[in-house]
This record gives sequence, C-alpha cells and structure tokens, in this order.
Amino acid sequence: MTRFHSSRTLAKRKGTFAWAIAVLAALSLLAASCGNDDDGPAVADQAPLATATEAPMATEAPAADPAPAADPRGDAVGDGSLGVVTVPAGEAIQIRSLNAISGPVAFLGLPNQRAVELAIADYGDISGFSVDMGTPLDGLCSSEGGQAAAQTIAADEQVIGVIGTSCSGAAVAAAPLITQAGMVIISPSNTSPALTSDFQGNPGESYNAGYYRTAHNDLVQGAAMANFVFSELGIDNAAALHDGDPYTQGLASAFRNSFEELGGTVSGFTGINKGDTDMVPALTELAAGSPGALFFPIFQPEGDFVAAQAPTVSGLEGTSLLAADGLLVDDFLALTDSVGMHFSGPDTRFGTNTNQSTGQSADQILAAYTQAHGEAPSAAFWGHAYDAATLLLDAVAAASWVEDGDLHIDRAGVRQHLNSVSGYNGITGTLSCDDFGDCASQKITVVYHQDSEAVEAGKENVVYSYP
Amino acid sequence: MQKTTKQRTNVDWFLTVLRVASLAVIAAGFAAFVAQLIDSDNPFARWANPDAISLTGEQFRGLVVTGLAQGSMYGLIALGYSMVYGVLGFINFAHGEVFMVGAMTGAITSNKLAESGYWESSFVVCLLLVVVLSMLVCTITAVVMERVAYRPLRGKPRLIPLITSIGVSFFLQNCVLALLGSTVKSYPDLPNWLTDKRTFLDVQGSKILVVLVAATAMVALWYLVEKTKTGKAMRAVAEDAEIASLMGIDVNRIIVKTFAVGGAMAGVAGILWGLLFRSVIHTTGFLPGIKAFSSAVVGGIGNLGGSMAGGLTIGVAESLGPLMILEPLGVSGPSQLRDAVAFAVLIIVLLVRPSGLFGEQLPSDERT
Repeated sequence: MTRFHSSRTLAKRKGTFAWAIAVLAALSLLAASCGNDDDGPAVADQAPLATATEAPMATEAPAADPAPAADPRGDAVGDGSLGVVTVPAGEAIQIRSLNAISGPVAFLGLPNQRAVELAIADYGDISGFSVDMGTPLDGLCSSEGGQAAAQTIAADEQVIGVIGTSCSGAAVAAAPLITQAGMVIISPSNTSPALTSDFQGNPGESYNAGYYRTAHNDLVQGAAMANFVFSELGIDNAAALHDGDPYTQGLASAFRNSFEELGGTVSGFTGINKGDTDMVPALTELAAGSPGALFFPIFQPEGDFVAAQAPTVSGLEGTSLLAADGLLVDDFLALTDSVGMHFSGPDTRFGTNTNQSTGQSADQILAAYTQAHGEAPSAAFWGHAYDAATLLLDAVAAASWVEDGDLHIDRAGVRQHLNSVSGYNGITGTLSCDDFGDCASQKITVVYHQDSEAVEAGKENVVYSYP
Repeated sequence: MQKTTKQRTNVDWFLTVLRVASLAVIAAGFAAFVAQLIDSDNPFARWANPDAISLTGEQFRGLVVTGLAQGSMYGLIALGYSMVYGVLGFINFAHGEVFMVGAMTGAITSNKLAESGYWESSFVVCLLLVVVLSMLVCTITAVVMERVAYRPLRGKPRLIPLITSIGVSFFLQNCVLALLGSTVKSYPDLPNWLTDKRTFLDVQGSKILVVLVAATAMVALWYLVEKTKTGKAMRAVAEDAEIASLMGIDVNRIIVKTFAVGGAMAGVAGILWGLLFRSVIHTTGFLPGIKAFSSAVVGGIGNLGGSMAGGLTIGVAESLGPLMILEPLGVSGPSQLRDAVAFAVLIIVLLVRPSGLFGEQLPSDERT
C-alpha cells in the first residue's frame, strides 16, 4: 500500500503528532461534556430546604413591625416571614419571565414567554397597580443559563415571582437561587419528577419550597404510556431507551416502574448517547428480550435513527414503537419511519376551557397569540404558561394590601396562596397544587400517527387519555 | 530499538502491565461471550454477568455489517486526514466538517429531486448526480479552505495550521447553522430494493451498497496515487517537498490537488452517511471526524490502505465491542460506551503498536 512520509521533518512531525493526539483527547472530552449541557448536574444539594425560609430579606423586616391597631392588611394572606415587598405608588408590580428564548430550544420557550405577556395584559391591574414583566430573561435550556438568569432576578428585590424555566435542567440551577430570595418560580414546562415529588410524599432531590409548576410530572406521563401499552395495546413485554439526559432517563424509568407495577415485564432498558447515529448495537441489546413495544422518549436527530433502524434489527421487526412529546414535532412526523408510532404528551385539547381569572377561553387566547405574533405557538405549553401567570397574579392579589398609597406584597402570603390552590379553572384544565408544587391538571394523551403527509392530523389523533 | 531487560525503566514496566491488562480484559470479556454462546446458562457466563444475554447469529451478522458500513465511512473520511498529513504534516481537523457539508449538499439536492419525482423514478441516475454534486461542493470547500486558511501559514510551525483547522471547523459548522438552520435535514426515502433485506447475508441492501461504494472509491484513490503522474508527484511531495520542487514539481498545485481529492472522498462519505442514516444536522461532522482521525492513527497515519483498515477496525469494534466484551463482563448500559470502545481501540493499538496497525514505512536513512 501507498505510504506517505517525509524524511526531513520526521522528528518535528512526531511532535506535531503528539500534539494532535492531545488535541483529540481534549476534543473528545469537550464532546462528552457537551452531551450533558442540556441538563447539568443537580445542584440542589447546595440549597437545602431549610435555607429557603431563612433567606435574608432586604425589604421591610416584618418581625420588628408590630401590627397596627386598625389592620390595613385586611384579609391579605401571609405571615410576613419571608418579608414584604413595597411597590411605591405609580410604580409597577415586578414579575419575570425566564424561558429558553434563543438557541435550538427557543421553539419551546418563546410561546411560554408570549403567553405570559398575554396573561398580564388580560389580567389587568392589581389594586390599581400595573404588572411589569421587565426584560425577558433567557434560560438557554441549560443549568448555566438558568443560573445566570436566576442571579439577575434574585438581585432585584422588587421581583415577586418568575414564570419559567422552560427546561428542567435550567430549573435545577435556577430554582434554589430564586426561592432563597423569597420569590416563587412557576414553571410551565418542567416535567422532571426530581423538581417536585414522587407523589408518595417524598420530595424530589431538586425540590425547593417556592417552586411550582403547571406542567405535568413525568411520573404521570410514564404511567400513561405504561397503561396504554399494557391495557390498550395488550403488550406485556416492553423495552425502554433513553439518551442519558435527566429528562429522558426519568421518563423512561417512570415508564419502566409503572409497567412493572401493572404486571408487565421490561425486558430491556438501556441508553444511547446524544450524537450517536448507529443505534444497531443498542437496539440489538434490547432485541435480546424480544419486546413487543419499545418506548424511546428522546429527541431528534437520535430519534430518527432509532425509528429508522429498529425495524432492521433482528428481533425488533414487529415491535411497536412509542415516543414522547420530544419527538412529536413536524420534522419527525414527516418521516415515513414515524408512521404507525404512538406518542404521549400533555393533553392540548383545551377546547372551550376558560381561565377563571381573566375569563379568556383557550380559543380567544390562541387567536390573540396568532394575531400578535403571526404564527401559531410552536410548542404545547403556551396554555400552561398562561395559567402559571394568572396563578401568580392571583397570588399577588391575595397577599397584597394598599397602605398610604403604596402596595405591600407579603412574600410568604404569595406562597401560602399558591399552596392552597385547589380546583382552579385554567386553560389546561382544573389545577390544584399539592404539597410539593405540582399544580398541573396532569392530563396526558396518546396520539397515533398514521400518515407522514398529514402531520397536523397525527398530532390531533388522540387514541388514549390518562387518567 | 529492542531494549534488554536491564535497560527497562519503570515506565516500560508500567506500559507492559497496561498492555497486558487491557488485552486481558478483552480476552476475559470475549471468553465470557463465547461461554454464553455455548450455553447461555453456564457458570462462567453467569459469574461474569448474571443477566447475560447471548446474540443470535442473525443479530451478530447485523452488528458486523453495520460496523463495516460505518467503518467504511470512517475509512473514507480518514483518507482525507491521512493524505493531508502525508503531504503537509498537520492534522486538518476541519475535514470532518467537509464531510458534513457533503451530507448537507446531498440532503438538499436529493429532496429537490424527490419533490420533482425523479428520485423515485430513476434512483440510480439521481444518486450518481447527488454523489457528483456532493463531491464537487466538498472539493470546492476543501480547496477554498486550503487557499484561505492554510496556504498563508505554509512554512510556519505545524501547530499553527493545526489550531487554525479547529477554527475552520467551527467556522464551517456555524456557517451551515446560519445558512440552513438548526433543524434536522432528512433524506427522502430510499427505494424498497435498497431498504429490503437481501437474501445475500440477509442484510439491508443500502449497507452493502455503502461498503461497495467505499471499496470502489478506495480502488480509484489507490489507482490515482499509485499509477498516475499526479499520484507520483503527491508521493514525491510527501517524501520531501523541497527536493520535489527542485525536480520541477509545482508543490502548491499538488497540495491543492491533495485537498481536492480528500474533499471528494469526504463528499462520497457524506452521501453514504445520508443513505445509511438519512438525517443530517450541522454538528454531524464532529464525532465521525474525530473517529475518522482515530482510524487514520489506528491504521498508521499517512498510510492510505491503513486508514481504510483502521476505519473498518474502529467501525466493527464499536459495533461489536459493547455487546461482545462489555456486556458479558456485566457492564451496565454498554451501548452508551460505544464511543469509549472506539477510543479504547485507539489507545490499545497505540500501546501495542505505536506506529499504527500498518505502520509508516520510513525511507532507508530514517530506519536506524
């Protein structure tokens, strides 16, 4: 075979070569770390639960403030333990939006932010004080982005609450900072069970008091898919595949646990890496158990490769393929490989649901959104964001009072109100907050995709609702 | 260079232990795998991994063929690394992005052809057209890259173009991101006769096609380098650029040609990628690029046949390794470790044969 070589510069070249190897190693490390960018390590350990209530408050110290004879507070809720924010006459109540509004996940964050804007406009003033969202902050869907934005927010003592983040990974970093500052954070689209609880009374490892969400908990989505596969499809042997990301890993685990509780067998459970293209080894590993269904709640482009390669692996030819809302996107549904697949996701059949605080129906909000931005929302969580914003504004109204022309808002009262939310009629259904901040209606649907030419029809073809 | 026992230093002993240990792990994993195959419930296999699963013959064949298909792609990309290294002595890290540009070109043109219906009606003609177009775009990209980024650095220490190439790599990636967006571009469906499993070996036709096209490209390249005047000039420049220029060879011209040929190979690999995986995004070139570079090193960098063999070695190893070595040893989630397997192959080859599997044949005066 042909060999290239250089006689003169061989010694030099060997030096370069060593460098090249070193650079290669560095790049590999970079690649490995990039794979985890979306969801950084849990930093909740740094923010134990107790500190959330001990945070120093720069606003009025309530303990030194004995209640006056004629209580101007009226029936405003709260014990003042987290401090009271005073909004001077003529100024606005400050809330913030912290969503992923740039980069590849902007499709998820932008509708959230726009829905918050609509909700503020529809809600109107609170006790004569207007509400200001300030400059929208960008969580970038990463823990670094969430942390940086949260630091900006926490430094502003006038802020009452935050609507965000878009991604669970950003929330893990942002929630401790925001809740320690006495503020509340209500997420429209975080679904990781670690952020709230396991529904059995055990807080998740990244739970912080003051964190709420109007999006479903993935334990419910996992259970929905497990029930659908076991009861509706009648399959008792399934496999699950994740991509190492906390979101996909959590959802795949939730599916496995629920499926086994129902009496089914999970014959294979494995992971791939973000950036992988050849899925045959992982699929062969799963094929060994001859599963009747394969649940892979991952994203593009890895999802494309799984859908295309699974039918070619011996032992998976007839296996039903199922995925979650991460792959319920136009580009994936347009692939012929995705035909015949089932997808789980939040129930977006909002229909005539009306938000009790603003009186606006889902259709009206959608029309206003489309008119304002020239396009329909690019992700499913705009309704959740709208409800999150009205919940927050309701809480501000319940925990505030006017005294000498200024508005006073009791931070503890805001939390107290949110904790007691029950049977609230929102766009996304009936919301009730549990002890760990899960407020969603927790409605999951499974859709069946039949035609790669009819993408929208596939999204709306609901074949199963849970619970 | 053989040292006697007395001359051995601690480092030598350490390396020997490392070599023996790594080979022992492979041997143990493989033994457990064989034990599983003989009887899936034998004590040795159970000891290593209580939940051991064995592969069926068909699954094993499937793994080998996907490994070969992926490996031939690595090999094709590795040729570009190897040729540029041979002639200029630096690693062109942007080569992976040239490959990505090829795959992108293929995605765009094949979708246009599919829209007009030609993709289905005359697939072979369309495929040829797409391959030629992709080779053209990649060649232009590689040549422009050489002219703009590397030629001004000719004669500078080799570390400088090396680092420049990393910059070029990011530049190309972000250009594609800005021009084409961050969504996944998909290739249109392949005709059934390609996706159906063939009776021959019972594997998908598209995978066989990939291996065949790669082999053809390899033979063409071998002919170019070995049998033509240009190839002779390339080898002369690789041997010694200064002497070659004294012999009347236009060194710059030959370097441009080398980049062009490497780019064309990356273009072919890009289309094969499209046929095999049917999806491409702006980051597609990164990991295959790194793996292809590893392939070039495994085969012996500067050695064209070695690059191809290195590609196949890494492709098959990362396909088979997780299930044949790691899974029988009880490693959980072995499929997530396939990149680790690929780079472990690189490390082990460098430990055992530092100059690569096929080595670099040095001129007689350098051999001492």
